[in-house]
Amino acid sequence: MDLYEHQARDLFAGHGVPVSAAEVAHTPGEAREAADRLGGRVVVKAQVKTGGRGKAGGVKLAADAAEAELTARRILGMDIKGHAVAKVMVAETVDIDREFYVSYVLDRAAGTFLAIASAEGGMEIEEVAAHRPEAVARIPVDPEEGVTEAKAMEIAVAAGLPAAAAPVLRALWQVFVREDALLVEVNPLVQAADGHLVALDGKVTLDDNARFRQERWGESGVDPAAEPLEAAAAERGLNYVKLDGEVGVIGNGAGLVMSTLDVVAGCGARPADFLDIGGGASAQVMADGLSVVLSDPSVKSVFVNVFGGITACDAVAEGIVRALESVALTKPLVVRLDGNNAARGREILDARAHPLVQQATTMDGAARRAAELAHAD
Amino acid sequence: MAIFLTKQSKVLVQGMTGGQGMKHTRRMLAAGTDVVGGVNPRKAGRTVDFDGTGVPVFGSVAEGMAATGADVSVVFVPPPFTRAAVTEAADASIPLVVVITEGVPVHDTVRFRRYAGQRGTRIIGPNCPGLISPGQSNAGIIPEDIAPDAGRIGLVSKSGTLTYQLMYELREIGFSTAVGIGGDPVVGTTHIDCLAAFEDDPDTELIVLIGEIGGDAEERAAAYIAEHVTKPVVGYIAGFTAPEGKTMGHAGAIVSGSSGTAHAKQKALEQAGVRVGSTPSQTARLVRDRL
Repeated sequence: MDLYEHQARDLFAGHGVPVSAAEVAHTPGEAREAADRLGGRVVVKAQVKTGGRGKAGGVKLAADAAEAELTARRILGMDIKGHAVAKVMVAETVDIDREFYVSYVLDRAAGTFLAIASAEGGMEIEEVAAHRPEAVARIPVDPEEGVTEAKAMEIAVAAGLPAAAAPVLRALWQVFVREDALLVEVNPLVQAADGHLVALDGKVTLDDNARFRQERWGESGVDPAAEPLEAAAAERGLNYVKLDGEVGVIGNGAGLVMSTLDVVAGCGARPADFLDIGGGASAQVMADGLSVVLSDPSVKSVFVNVFGGITACDAVAEGIVRALESVALTKPLVVRLDGNNAARGREILDARAHPLVQQATTMDGAARRAAELAHAD
Repeated sequence: MAIFLTKQSKVLVQGMTGGQGMKHTRRMLAAGTDVVGGVNPRKAGRTVDFDGTGVPVFGSVAEGMAATGADVSVVFVPPPFTRAAVTEAADASIPLVVVITEGVPVHDTVRFRRYAGQRGTRIIGPNCPGLISPGQSNAGIIPEDIAPDAGRIGLVSKSGTLTYQLMYELREIGFSTAVGIGGDPVVGTTHIDCLAAFEDDPDTELIVLIGEIGGDAEERAAAYIAEHVTKPVVGYIAGFTAPEGKTMGHAGAIVSGSSGTAHAKQKALEQAGVRVGSTPSQTARLVRDRL
């Protein structure tokens, strides 16, 4: 789960990473009041979970509270790369002397953690790394030892950061470990004119698997800005991603569903979604999934692709039959069942004999049929 | 011979007395696996009956190993307790731990992976279906009846259901071992570890490598194949149509920027001489042609 900048800022503050004073505003009036409390001169920043806010005009300076209100009025409601701006962060300004970059990330290849730091902050770190790789320090962090004083100094020295960055690096490590983060990034970490360091912008990705021990996350569970179909699916505990096509896709297992999307695309159609009903799926899960996919108006046909390993195909077939009772099927459904109890599953669907439900014997053949049906009119 | 798991493997099940543990222990026994015990400190000393086969429950992995000579542990314990379970198994120096559990926090995986590595314990998973050497043993949840006969193909995959699909398509040829390494961003055993083992396994004639978007494990596997693998390798990659920034089911399956795309993986594999199928069925055809 990616956090908004203001949420990242709050986590930073909670673990002793220095941040600037800031408030969240949902209306221009709130922005004005916030600016008043922060001393007038502020920066107004769009809160969206995407990069490139500055270039899109989503980050603006305001000289006083009145200007902060006007600025917030312009930024609120803006569309930045498909993300509607529903809130802004109003923050005190900092006189910047130097800008640095620091982050902790998961190093998938090495199966451990990595500190990345550079004295050239403020830009995309990928750009810096591409053009001047020697300007970016990459230091492995032992998961048991963590960032000790010595390790923090090692990172600071390797990246050419001032010694004052070491305690910030240690505090940021606490954010990474205590919050079960997959990424914590400060860019820029600025040295102000008076010498002190401030994390001016931050990005945090939390590990959804750690939800069981991070109760506070419950508050920000389902993203209100999420796509409505994705929100509806999340409420039913379904693993669903909305895509831009016309063939609805339901399958079991992430790998098989991804593969199904590719096979549909290979038949000249575009998949409308990714929906994984998971291993050992029940009839209820199948019925829930089908009703979400059928409620997508851009869906013209649906392809149910199940290879029963643990999942029993007869339960999948019963789920389809149950869904047909509660949802009026107006779009053709192509079903391919193989594996565990496939013969019984096919019999159940044959017995139901719904005119819009067809069965196919192979995954490739079923995808072709679903693509043809989606393009039939 | 197979890799990692053979007829001689003696298997403990951590979390055997839970719902998933009971269900899959029964299936493992039915598949011929030598399940020698379960581990649960609160139920130590009892014996659990599985259709006439009594399986003793031990208080710890070390106890179970001492009593039975077990050399494999399969872990079904829930995510909050997985790290402790794997740590316990590594402390007992068991050679192989297969972590089926889905939903383990990455910080836990990173820590138990390092801990086990220092003690010479191999981990497969987490979030994986385990591994099967057909006709010999089955450690995990891969249904034995998909491809029940031993054969010449070695298979390594991040995805469970794609493993099943390919095993089904190639069941008439059969498998030496099929390993589901798991879809999490960090896993204990990688494609490369399996490629190395299959290269050395006299029973394996051809290797099927199944990958998916996210990370660069497939690219690294391709580099390894070019240098070290003499046996034919056939590949399949899932996720060509996945959009950037959306996690596709597996925690590890996400395209970020230009990295982790299916195209990059396919290209890397093809440059290493691997034939890459466009669908699972076509991948199976490539295997049949090659054999």
